[in-house]
Parts: sequence; structure tokens; C-alpha cells
Amino acid sequence: MPTSELEKYFPVLVMAVIAAVMAASLTILSSVLGKRSKSPQKDTPYECGMAPTGDARDRFSIKFYLVAMIFILLDIEAVFLYPWAVVYRQLKWFAFFEMLLFIALVLVGYFYIWKKGALDWAIPERPRKAGPKTGTNLYREAA
Amino acid sequence: MPTNFMPSTEEYFRILPELILTLAGVLIMFLEALRKEGQKSNAGGVTLATLVAALIAAVMAGGSPGPAFHDMVFVDGFGTFFRILVLVVGLLTVLSSQSYLERHDAQIGEYYGLLLFSLVGQSLLCVSNELMMVFIGIEISSIASYIMAGFLRDDKRNNESALKYFLLGSFATAFLLYGVAWIYGITGTTNIDGIRQALLNNLPAVPLPAVGAAAALMLVGFAFKVSAVPFQAWAPDVYQGAPAPVSAFMSAGPKAAAFAVFTRVFLTAFGPIANRWEPILWIVALATMIVGNFAALTQTNIKRMLAYSSIAHAGYVLVAIVAHSEAGTAAVMFYLASYAFMNVGAFAAIVDYSRRNEKFVNISDLAGLGQKQPFTASMMTIYMLSLIGVPLTAGFFGKFYIFKAALESDLIWLTVLGLLNSAVAAYYYLRILVVMWMHEPGEAAESAPEASFGVKAVLFGSALATLVLGILPSLVLDFANRSANIIK
Amino acid sequence: MDAILFFLFATITVICAINMVLQRHPISSALSLIGVMGSLAVLYLLLGGEFIAMAQLIVYSGAIMVLFLFVIMLLNSGAEPKRSRHKILLFLGAPLLVILLGVIGYFIQGQIPAQEMVKFGSWESGPGKPAFGSPQNVGMSLFTSYLLPFEITSVLILIAILGAIVLARKEID
Repeated sequence: MPTSELEKYFPVLVMAVIAAVMAASLTILSSVLGKRSKSPQKDTPYECGMAPTGDARDRFSIKFYLVAMIFILLDIEAVFLYPWAVVYRQLKWFAFFEMLLFIALVLVGYFYIWKKGALDWAIPERPRKAGPKTGTNLYREAA
Repeated sequence: MPTNFMPSTEEYFRILPELILTLAGVLIMFLEALRKEGQKSNAGGVTLATLVAALIAAVMAGGSPGPAFHDMVFVDGFGTFFRILVLVVGLLTVLSSQSYLERHDAQIGEYYGLLLFSLVGQSLLCVSNELMMVFIGIEISSIASYIMAGFLRDDKRNNESALKYFLLGSFATAFLLYGVAWIYGITGTTNIDGIRQALLNNLPAVPLPAVGAAAALMLVGFAFKVSAVPFQAWAPDVYQGAPAPVSAFMSAGPKAAAFAVFTRVFLTAFGPIANRWEPILWIVALATMIVGNFAALTQTNIKRMLAYSSIAHAGYVLVAIVAHSEAGTAAVMFYLASYAFMNVGAFAAIVDYSRRNEKFVNISDLAGLGQKQPFTASMMTIYMLSLIGVPLTAGFFGKFYIFKAALESDLIWLTVLGLLNSAVAAYYYLRILVVMWMHEPGEAAESAPEASFGVKAVLFGSALATLVLGILPSLVLDFANRSANIIK
Repeated sequence: MDAILFFLFATITVICAINMVLQRHPISSALSLIGVMGSLAVLYLLLGGEFIAMAQLIVYSGAIMVLFLFVIMLLNSGAEPKRSRHKILLFLGAPLLVILLGVIGYFIQGQIPAQEMVKFGSWESGPGKPAFGSPQNVGMSLFTSYLLPFEITSVLILIAILGAIVLARKEID
């Protein structure tokens, strides 16, 4: 078998295999070895305590989505830093100013998000009816 | 490592319009972020000043033609022409937007920021000489347009418009990108001139079906952006649902930029395989004219009718591309310029007339406009006559040059069928004139408010441009003829 | 070895992609999509695109999938209702798909010499020199030849930020 150039990624493969085996074995072992007792009580979200009200699948605040979106945009920016760091020594100041401009533009976006209050979670924007404070509703209060 | 990677001052100068637009967009984001609640946004004024500055920069950049940034963009007469055109469309859009946004309590600067960023993309598209640049330009231009189409978030039609535009548009861009990947795989370059050279140099050995597949995939992407059949289905819904000034913008600006890059890619990069794509574009051009014109006949909503009309006009422009000659390229340039003015004008006429939430957008609502608002009605008459192609208007010479170029390239059947189509089109444009001038004023005309200053300026400016191009076409045509040679 | 890995991950990609379309529940579809993205990264790696493989993992399998899952939860969409499908569509669709794939395969086979079908990437363009798809080379082209597209990308990011805020604002202010 010809040696693959992929060889230097062999440790990565080993790690991926270990992770997969670990995850699989833990689930399989616990289902094989674990004791099971079936009762309606076992199927409830909380075995003891308050009975849940409403559906667990509730609509989330748009803010979760905004944060995820902003995260992606900054993530994409971060990806560009890898090749930049590698060639920085060769291009010197030129590369520095290139990246400075790019980051400055993205930072304006960040400043804008901040000032627009998209990152403020504490201030309730409109009064809500007080609902039962369980599960996801807590998040809604915060939003 | 390239020995000389630093761009020269000249190169910055060649992309000066984009730099100005970007900086102004960033400035507006700052202003909006710092604006206190209840404070009035002055983004509109900033945008107007920026566009004037960018126009001057575009003209000056056109004075020193040449490549910039490692051949990413190439400033030539063709590109400069379209750059100026999209900036003028932007200017008209800003003027017609102010009263609309005020009426809908949406006077926030973000609208202008998005408009400026969208223009960055379009302006880059006009001069880009690299498929990577084309892709980024199209993405910038379209994503900003998707958001602008849904700008009034609480309006259901806005939402529908934005969603349809976004889903179909990103699908079309994916096709374009797939085509780019194919052509890169075949020729090893994404430079538009480089592709042409690579195809010419090893023409016998080039895998033609593979190149054809690449061209076809890119055709899908471009055909969507210029709303050509069979990728036109989005246009009526999107133009109808979007805010009227945004519809005006979308039907003129992004379309002109898309046609510019469409022409450049197909005549330059795919020029060597022209005998493969010409028959396909022949059919597409004819189908686009027929679908646009015949569907427009039965429309009752004026925005929807103008959408179908814009599809039909895309068909005429495609005829000029099929002609595949310098005269054809010049005709594309002249037609898009004249089309932009008459179309933006026609949309602008209903910006104030339609009232809040666009209550009056049916053709029948225009009844009696001639009696109540002779100024708006006269301007609208000029646009309609120009859209038909009546002599002394820009539309006449636009069609004349297109069909002349088509005849010179022996496209006799396409010319005949195109002319028949223009005759059909006269019906639905004339219907508007009849309703405006001969019907008794209805509820809409009785209560019509005076058009705002900005809208009036747009109406007057577009009508003036339409007439000037119709009476002295050589003003623009000479420049178009001189810069029609886009193959380097 | 390269060929074995290629076929293994290509098969995983296709199976995950088909599974993504067939699954009724959006979450299952999203998880299959992660499989597609991950195995695509391995395919890129096989072609010598080290940087692009890592970017694929970080941006797509990581960030974008998180956004997908957020959106699915945000919209609170459950399983798609079962639709009664016409059997005839299946009878027509399956052969048509096979024909389409056959035609494409035939053309590619005819156009491109067999020994160039899959060209596995190399990690070094010469002794001690980084390969075409390495971060060094990507960085070099990105920050010299492709400088303008790179800087313009920041405009795209700004548009996305503006759009997200504009469309998510509580009411028009």
C-alpha cells in the first residue's frame, strides 16, 4: 500500500476514532448494563417537584438568533486570521494594515450592534404578563 | 511571493467610487448607532452628498483606464458607463425614498446604509475582471437588496417579497458559483480575459461539453439576476411586494450591473464558444420578450405590470447580446441607460400616489390623474410613450439600435418577432394613458396628495433624461460606441 | 490508501446528504448536514486543501450549524407532516435520476482522461515548500493578488450585521 501524504493527520484520525469509540461504548454500555424500571413517573421531565406547565418546545427570543448570527460573522473574520498569521513575516507592515482595515470595518459593525442594544439581555423591552416561572419562560422574562 | 504586491496610488484611484461609498456607509452606521431616540436621522443628506462625490470619482476614474489590484478590476469605458448609470439610479432612488420612508414611520438611516453598500457591489460588478470579484459583487448587491425588499418588517407583502427574493436569489447565485468552479477546473483561471486566452490557445483540445456546462451554469445565475425566462418567476412577486422606491431601484440598478457583467463574461470569456451559446440565448431572448409582454397584458396592479414590462425589456437587451457585435454592445449600453430612466420614473410616480401601505396601486386607481395632477400625469405619459418606443423618446432609439444591431448580425427572425412584441406591448402602456387622461377621477385621484419635492425632482429629471436621450441620442451613443470594444 | 479514504468519505457524504433530505424532523436533517460538512472537509484534505478543510470544519460544521439549530429551535418547527406521495412520482423520478447521473458520468468519462479522474493533492510542492492549498499559499494569494475581494468581504459582513438588526428590530422606530 503506498504511503499516503495524509500520514501527518494520522494522530487526528486516532483521536477521532477514540472519541467515536468512547461515545458509542458509553451509550451502549449504559443501555446494556444499566437497570431499567419503566413507570409513567420516569417519563416526566422532573421526577419530583413541580409539575411542568405548557410545552417545553416554546418559541425562543429573537435575541438567541441575533447572537448566533453575530457569532458567525465574527467567526468568519477570525478564520481569515489564520492564513494572515502565517504570511505576516513575509508581508510585514503591508499585511498589518490590510488586516487593520478589515478588522476596523468589522469593528464598526460591532460598535453598531452594541449601541443598538442587540447585546442587552437585561432590559425588558415591553412589559410582559407574568407567567409561570418555569423552564423556558425564564428565558423569556430575561429577553 | 509576487515581487510587487503593493498597489499603486493609481490603483486606489481606480476604485475611488467604491471607497467613497463604503466609507459613507460606515459613517451612516456610526451616525445611526449614536443617534438618540427621537432624533432625526440625517442619513439621507449624507447619502445624496456621497453619491454626487462617487459620481465625480467614477468619471475621474474613467479618465485613467487600466487594471487595478492584480487585474481584479479593469476600469474601461464600458465599466465606467455602467458605474455612472448605477450611481445615478441610486441618486434617483434616494430622492424618491425620503417621503415614502417618512410616511411609513421608517425613517431610519439603515435604509441608506444598505443602499450605499448595495451600490458598492453593483459598482464593482461593472468593472470587475475576475469571476471571484463578480461573485462577491453579486452577493453584496443582492443581499442588500433582499433586506431592502423586506424593509418594512411589519408589512406582510414586504416579508413575502424579501423571502422569495432571498430563497430564489441565493439558489441562483449557487448556480453561478458552480459554473465558476467548472471553468476554473477547465482553464485554471478565474480571470475573465485569462479564460478567453486559455480557451483560444487550446481550442481544439478544450472539452467543449464541459465548457458548455460551465457557461450554462453561469447563464442560469445571470439569467436570474436579469429576470430572463425561464428564471423570471420571482420578479412580479418581488417587485409587487417590495416598497415602491425599492422596486424602482431593483428594476434598474442591480439589473443594469448584472447585464454589464453578463455581457462582459459572455462576450469576453465565452466569446470563443459563441456558436454554442448564441442559439440558447436566441431562444431565451424570444421567450423573455413573449412571456413579459403577454403576461403584462392582463395585470391590474401597476407594480406587477411594470415587473412584467421589465422582464420584456430584459428580453430586448438579450437580443442585443445575441447580436454579439460591437454595435450590439453599444445598444445594450444605450438601452439600459434609457430603460433605467423611464422605469425609475414610472415607479417614482406611484411612490406618493399610492399613499400609506400602498393602498392605491391598481391601474384603475390612476383614473383621472390627468385632471387632478397634470404634472405627474404628463411625466408618466412621457415614460409610457418611451417604454412603448415612440419616436423622440429614449425608448425609440434604444429599440432602434438593438434591432439595427440584430439585423446587422443577420438575426432577421428575432428582429421580426421582437418588433411584433413591441406592438403587443403598446397595448398595456397605452391603457395606462387612457385611464389617466380619459377616465373620470376616482377615489384615489380625488384624495391624492401633492407629490413631495424629492419625487417631483425624480419625475422631472427622469423625464428630461428620457427626452434628451430621445432627441439627442448621440450624446450617449457616441460614448457607447467608443467603449463598446470590451475585449482586451 | 488515498483512494480508499476518498471512496469511504464520498460515500458518507452522499448517504448523509440523502438522509438529510429524507428525514422528516428538521433536527435530524441538521445533524445529517453536519455529517455532510465533516466528510466534505476530509475530501478537501485529500485534495490537498489543508486550509479550506479546516475552515470548513470551523465555519460550517461549527458556526453555521449552530445557527441552523438555533433557527430550527426559534421557529419551533416539529416533524413535517406525512404527505401522501404519488407512487407515480417515485416510479418516474428514480429512473430519471439514474438517467441524469448516467449522462453526466458518461460525459465526464468521455471528456477527461481516466488517469486524471481524481487527482489527490500533495502536501509539498517541493522539498520544504508548502503546497498549493496550504495556509501559507492561501494567505499569500489572499493578501496580495486577492486583496480587493478580501477587503470587500468586510462590506458583506457589515451588510449582514445591518440586515440582522433591521429585520429583528422590535417595531419600526
